[in-house]
Amino acid sequence: MRLTYENNSKYKAMKEPVDESRDEVVIHFAGDSGDGIQLTGGQFTETVELFGNDISTFPNFPAEIRAPIGTLAGVSGFQLKFGSVEVFTPGDRFDVLVVMNAAALKINLKNLKPGGIIIANTAGFDNKNLKLAKYIDGANPLIDHSLDNYQLHAIDITKMTREALKEFGLSVKEVDRCKNMFVLGYVYWMFSQTPDNTIKFIRNKFKKNTEIAEANIKALKTGYNFGDTNETFKTRFRIKAASLPKGKYRNINGNSALALALVAASHKNDLDLFYASYPITPASDILHELSRHKNFGVKTYQAEDEIAAACAAIGASFGGSLAVTGSSGPGIALKGEAIGLAVMLETPMVIINVQRGGPSTGLPTKTEQADLLQAVYGRNGEAPMPVLAASSPKDCFDVAYEACRIAVEHMTPVLVLSDGYVANGSEPWQFPESKDLKEFNIHRPKGDEFVDEQYLPYYRDENHVRPWVVPGMKGYTHRVGGLEKEEKTGNVSYDGNNHELMVKIRAEKIEKIADFIPQQEINRGETGADILILGWGSTFGAIETATKELIEEGLSVAHIHLKYLFPFPSNLGELLKSFDKVVVPEMNRGQLTKLIRDKFLIDAQSISKVKGLPFTVDEIKEQVLKFREYANQK
Amino acid sequence: MQTKNKSNGHGETLTAKDFATDQDVRWCPGCGDYSILKQIQTILPSIKVPRENIVFISGIGCSSRFPYYMNTYGMHSIHGRAGAIVSGLKAVNPELDIWMITGDGDSLSIGGNHLIHLLRRNFNLNIVLFNNQIYGLTKGQYSPTSPKGQISKSTPFGSVDRPFNPITLALGSEGTFVARAIDRNPVHMREILSAAHDHKGASFIEIYQNCNVFNDGAFEEFTDKSLKDQNTLYLENGKPLLFDNDSKGIILEGFKPVIVDMDSYSPDDCWIHDEEDKIKASILAEFFDYTEERGKLPRPFGVFYKNQRNTYEQVFQDQIDLYRSKREADLDSLLSGNNFWEVK
Repeated sequence: MRLTYENNSKYKAMKEPVDESRDEVVIHFAGDSGDGIQLTGGQFTETVELFGNDISTFPNFPAEIRAPIGTLAGVSGFQLKFGSVEVFTPGDRFDVLVVMNAAALKINLKNLKPGGIIIANTAGFDNKNLKLAKYIDGANPLIDHSLDNYQLHAIDITKMTREALKEFGLSVKEVDRCKNMFVLGYVYWMFSQTPDNTIKFIRNKFKKNTEIAEANIKALKTGYNFGDTNETFKTRFRIKAASLPKGKYRNINGNSALALALVAASHKNDLDLFYASYPITPASDILHELSRHKNFGVKTYQAEDEIAAACAAIGASFGGSLAVTGSSGPGIALKGEAIGLAVMLETPMVIINVQRGGPSTGLPTKTEQADLLQAVYGRNGEAPMPVLAASSPKDCFDVAYEACRIAVEHMTPVLVLSDGYVANGSEPWQFPESKDLKEFNIHRPKGDEFVDEQYLPYYRDENHVRPWVVPGMKGYTHRVGGLEKEEKTGNVSYDGNNHELMVKIRAEKIEKIADFIPQQEINRGETGADILILGWGSTFGAIETATKELIEEGLSVAHIHLKYLFPFPSNLGELLKSFDKVVVPEMNRGQLTKLIRDKFLIDAQSISKVKGLPFTVDEIKEQVLKFREYANQK
Repeated sequence: MQTKNKSNGHGETLTAKDFATDQDVRWCPGCGDYSILKQIQTILPSIKVPRENIVFISGIGCSSRFPYYMNTYGMHSIHGRAGAIVSGLKAVNPELDIWMITGDGDSLSIGGNHLIHLLRRNFNLNIVLFNNQIYGLTKGQYSPTSPKGQISKSTPFGSVDRPFNPITLALGSEGTFVARAIDRNPVHMREILSAAHDHKGASFIEIYQNCNVFNDGAFEEFTDKSLKDQNTLYLENGKPLLFDNDSKGIILEGFKPVIVDMDSYSPDDCWIHDEEDKIKASILAEFFDYTEERGKLPRPFGVFYKNQRNTYEQVFQDQIDLYRSKREADLDSLLSGNNFWEVK
């Protein structure tokens, strides 16, 4: 059956091309950061999701908002893998590369599979663009046969879009902005997808400017028709719907999932949500998302700096709100002292670190996992606190919700690690119903915390948790502070024995959280396999896929992915010791590896990548295979 | 958490003593901080707020020990950050009566950013800045309010920094209540503290406070019996600027303040203090530096400037109330979004 749009019979009559069936396909859209690449990728994502494919996406853009046009530094990309099978990553190498200019080709060609398809806008390959893309002597790859090993679709997209839209009376600039829709239409045709959803989207987006809306739709249809009528392309791809578990789905990116979890945790537990933040890439979208939900009583506070954001959250926590501050590495460094205060006060608070490349300002728009040790150890004094990490965009919801639970139930700040990859990447999410969300056990005073009618703010339960008392509660006035406090009374104490006791109590309180989190499970493979691939955070998809493929290739490997990084699940040590070799792929220089070696005296080996980009499946497989000697040597 | 009770708290009548804690006050004997503690404990029973709704929050420094000595809710936080903490607390709990206790190092140096933004946002709370022109807790380094040339542990040959004028800073930060008091004049300090509490908005009070260990006599010209009359000017709204037992007055020649002898002028000729006039408040704030041109001007005490402006917490809450009334908070529809699909 041919796909149609808007039930327009005109498109039904066309001749059938040759269909090629595929399980999964990787497409990479690339162009100038002003070319609308992110929107194009986003629309394609929505469409195939509605069709029923599983998908994983990865937007990759430059740090500059509008880097100089046509330059290598200005290339923006959107990669996605979609399939009829379960998809864990946006893919290593592309089947299809869409490039709007020479720079986009130059940067991305190395990751195109041999024989892969290139869709190139020839207008982006004029002398000026070739020079900007640093092609030697302006050599044009579209005509010099250097691309003979690929299927090249060289189309003057700019010209065809201008031609199609000439009766609209729009400026050249406005017309050229529609060329991404031509591309999208063309790609829809190529993958047997209907443009209907995007037409709906355009109508809604430009409902105040119908002329722009119609121009975009026209460009979209022109691109689609061009695929249909052009004699040169005979192959169309067909990717069947995936067999996802039954239920309701939506697309979600990591930052949105995180924001929704905070709203859900507060709403479900009748706590006011206070989110304090200072603008920083790639965490700002959490602030943007939350600021839209005032109808849930969400209080978002754009503070004067990172420190103020953390401290305002402490103030809000003292005042009884579910208090959260979010940032990225550099901002977390600034918040360090305040987080230490929250540890000392023993007040609930969630700190989100959407990691990026470091140190210092580093690579603001690129991803990395190099803040793990900062999260676990980055405060003065003995200041333990729970650390959790999200492994995928949708997992951000579960992890942030769980962080709120731990903070409130154990009266402690909790640090959540996300990163640029899961923050901006998206996937289908089988979202929960509010009735299925956990309710928190909030500790209020029971009445036995008094001596001589004096309230003891640091009187604890059997898990060392003190009650959450907030100003306004009569009969409980008390003072808290950053100075060491006497056990139970909370009065200032400089006594050495008391200090040692308090340090131990605070440490044990966090260690005991291990009794209130799930046991670690094996994500794939069996206990006692020869090689364990141990991961945390956003490497999940690549490790899971690599493990699956290695098992299929006959290797005895398993995958364990950690959500709880501090404290570790109580069975982790025993579990790890059942494997002959533990290897740890991380986008850092071996930080989890250090923690594992330190905690369990296991000779875990690091697989490191710090290129600002996620691991590819092949990179992990290749590195794991270096440890093949450990296979079958029990 | 209503604060409308006629008597303090819940029918009980409290006294200053009820606001003292069982903790030993650990300031050095003779420290000006004692006076400030006493005046605040004295006025609190009269402000008619239940004790459990009062919160004292401080940063770090000698002054910042203050919350431990107040039998209310309190937090002794980290250096410079009290301003940020009170902002978060007031934003989520507008009904609390919040007092921020800070010092010249705490709020004018390490916490300077928070102070200016706190004043700009105009949360309804009180900021009491103890200014002793020295770092006392760290044993005697010069501070951002120490006069140029100050000999201290870190400036054995005299400081080369120009000091901040906290009043100008507060006015420049869009403060809506800006006042100065001094530890040795408790009656006046209580008046100012009460006026600050009554003001709806961020009230900023700079209190000159003598550090008798590391900077003794820093404010002597304003406290010494033989000097203070000629060097101090007490501001009263609607009243002429008179000082030195009303023997001298201040007139304005254009924007230039001039000291005149009251033998040849009448009070009506003098500058009449208008708390709501920000331009005049700015001129008054400049009674700080000695200049050859205008000679030595007396140091003003009292309310320099006071004006009403919306408080942050009010506008913040109004916006939430508005959107709550417009759109139902349905968690399930938030979770599903508008573009969900079903796999059957």
